[in-house]
Amino acid sequence: MGSRYELRLSGAGGHGLLLAGKVIAEAAAIYDGRTATQAQSYGPEARGGVSRSDVVISDGDIDFPVARNLDFLLAMTQESVEAYIGDMKDGGTVLVDDSLVESVPDGDYRVVRAPIIATARDRIGKPITANLVAVGLIAGLTDVVTVPSLESAVRARVPRGTEDLNLQAFRAGLELSKGLRG
Amino acid sequence: MITADPKGVLTGSHYLDGDHAVAEGALAAGCRFFAGYPITPSTEVAERISARFPLVGGLFVQMEDELASMAAILGGAWGGAKSMSVTSGPGFSLMMENLGLGVMMEVPTVLVNVQRGGPSTGLPTLPAQADMMQARWGSHGDYEIIALSPSSPQECFDYTITCFNLSEKYRVPVLLMMDECVGHMTEKIVIPKAEEIEIEPRKWFKGSTEDYLPYKPDDDMVPWMVKVGDGFRFHTTGLTHDERGYPVMSAECQKDNVGRLVDKIRSRVDEIVILEEEEMEGADVVVVSYGISSRVAIPAVERARADGMKVGSLRLVTVWPFPENRIRELAGQVKAFVVPEINLGQICLEVERCAAGRAETILVPHAGGWVHDDEDIYQAIRGGAK
Repeated sequence: MGSRYELRLSGAGGHGLLLAGKVIAEAAAIYDGRTATQAQSYGPEARGGVSRSDVVISDGDIDFPVARNLDFLLAMTQESVEAYIGDMKDGGTVLVDDSLVESVPDGDYRVVRAPIIATARDRIGKPITANLVAVGLIAGLTDVVTVPSLESAVRARVPRGTEDLNLQAFRAGLELSKGLRG
Repeated sequence: MITADPKGVLTGSHYLDGDHAVAEGALAAGCRFFAGYPITPSTEVAERISARFPLVGGLFVQMEDELASMAAILGGAWGGAKSMSVTSGPGFSLMMENLGLGVMMEVPTVLVNVQRGGPSTGLPTLPAQADMMQARWGSHGDYEIIALSPSSPQECFDYTITCFNLSEKYRVPVLLMMDECVGHMTEKIVIPKAEEIEIEPRKWFKGSTEDYLPYKPDDDMVPWMVKVGDGFRFHTTGLTHDERGYPVMSAECQKDNVGRLVDKIRSRVDEIVILEEEEMEGADVVVVSYGISSRVAIPAVERARADGMKVGSLRLVTVWPFPENRIRELAGQVKAFVVPEINLGQICLEVERCAAGRAETILVPHAGGWVHDDEDIYQAIRGGAK
């Protein structure tokens, strides 16, 4: 349990967070050789609603498969901040999109605001790649998965033909994290 | 030992969700006929099978509804294939009549239910374990059924193969009772080499066409099967029937026919049932769990042990037939059974029945929509240990 690290990626249905969670978990479990479980929760809508993807990474067996004491929370919307901020562990990190999230309640955690959607839209030219920008930011803000493993997992998971675009978004996020790491 | 056809076996390490792991388990088991109607949270099984079947010569049919899906997999099995369908609560309800037909016609087939919250359309995308009694009693009439409950993607792969093997051995539809959490949970799974996967072959009749009696039982109470189209003239029906398969409307034939359907399973419960037991020696409390709830219970059990309580863990990999003898035996040794399940009390009723007042049965209910908070399970263990 000591090495257990819990991430939650949350936002609206359609943000691609289930895929983002699978990329991080697969990078850890297959390419980094650790143990990782990805579980999810989403609404019946095709778009909208609150969507969440939980990733638990450990060096040992993972019994309890869902996150409940978060080391890291990605919240793409104000609604997801409200829903999950209460699950933060003291000293954890909350990453929010600076355009969709207006405020984060005070607490014993670090809050990082980043232009996730703006970077996907303006630098990559595709707002749909915001999920991979977020994965890049997570890679840069934490040491929980390695960059080469994430790149391999991106190639393995994203739809064929979109690998380069998604890797570009991932690297944009990684670069963005450099100015935010504290 | 007969082993898997390597053509269907994706040997190696994969990062798959439980639904996809079921699809790979079916392929490895030799399933080559699938009929189904999409429904959350089971659709990913069908999706993967539809993509993989063309590569191995399998036939995938998206049916008009679940009534037809269940009927089609019975037909697929009589046509000689290993067959499967997959659904969730609302579709499971629609399949119940033809599930009974499968029991009566003694059809080897596998039906997967990725459980979501109910009743009715309930919680399409969220977990429950509330169809457990429906799995046992959902179709009308007296019968016995086999049902397994996996707790991880690896087990989804492994136990799908077990389901196919059991269905062939006992000639009965076998149910894989998953839940949304296991179905949509992604973990590393290891698929072994084809030669390491044991396959139960169909109980093919070897005699001549004139000698075939479709419901004449062998010594194990299970009759021999033939493939439709191979020249055997025979009758199969949902009506009560004799060894020839022809309807006989009498109490005597009912007793022979339905009695055998029940006895072929009831008399071999110990052979069928798979249990995982841990630290049962001297336990005061035993946590009885299945599926995702067995994983959620682990931190609670460990915490209680760290606090000095003597807690055993009994996981029901096979939920039906219910391991009555084992629970009866334990009831004389322990103070309490704690049963966490994502429903408002189903399998705990079986535990309570077998405990027969000799040990307390404590339900840890959850109405569905998520897994338990392990604190609730811990408190129940504490209560039972007093």
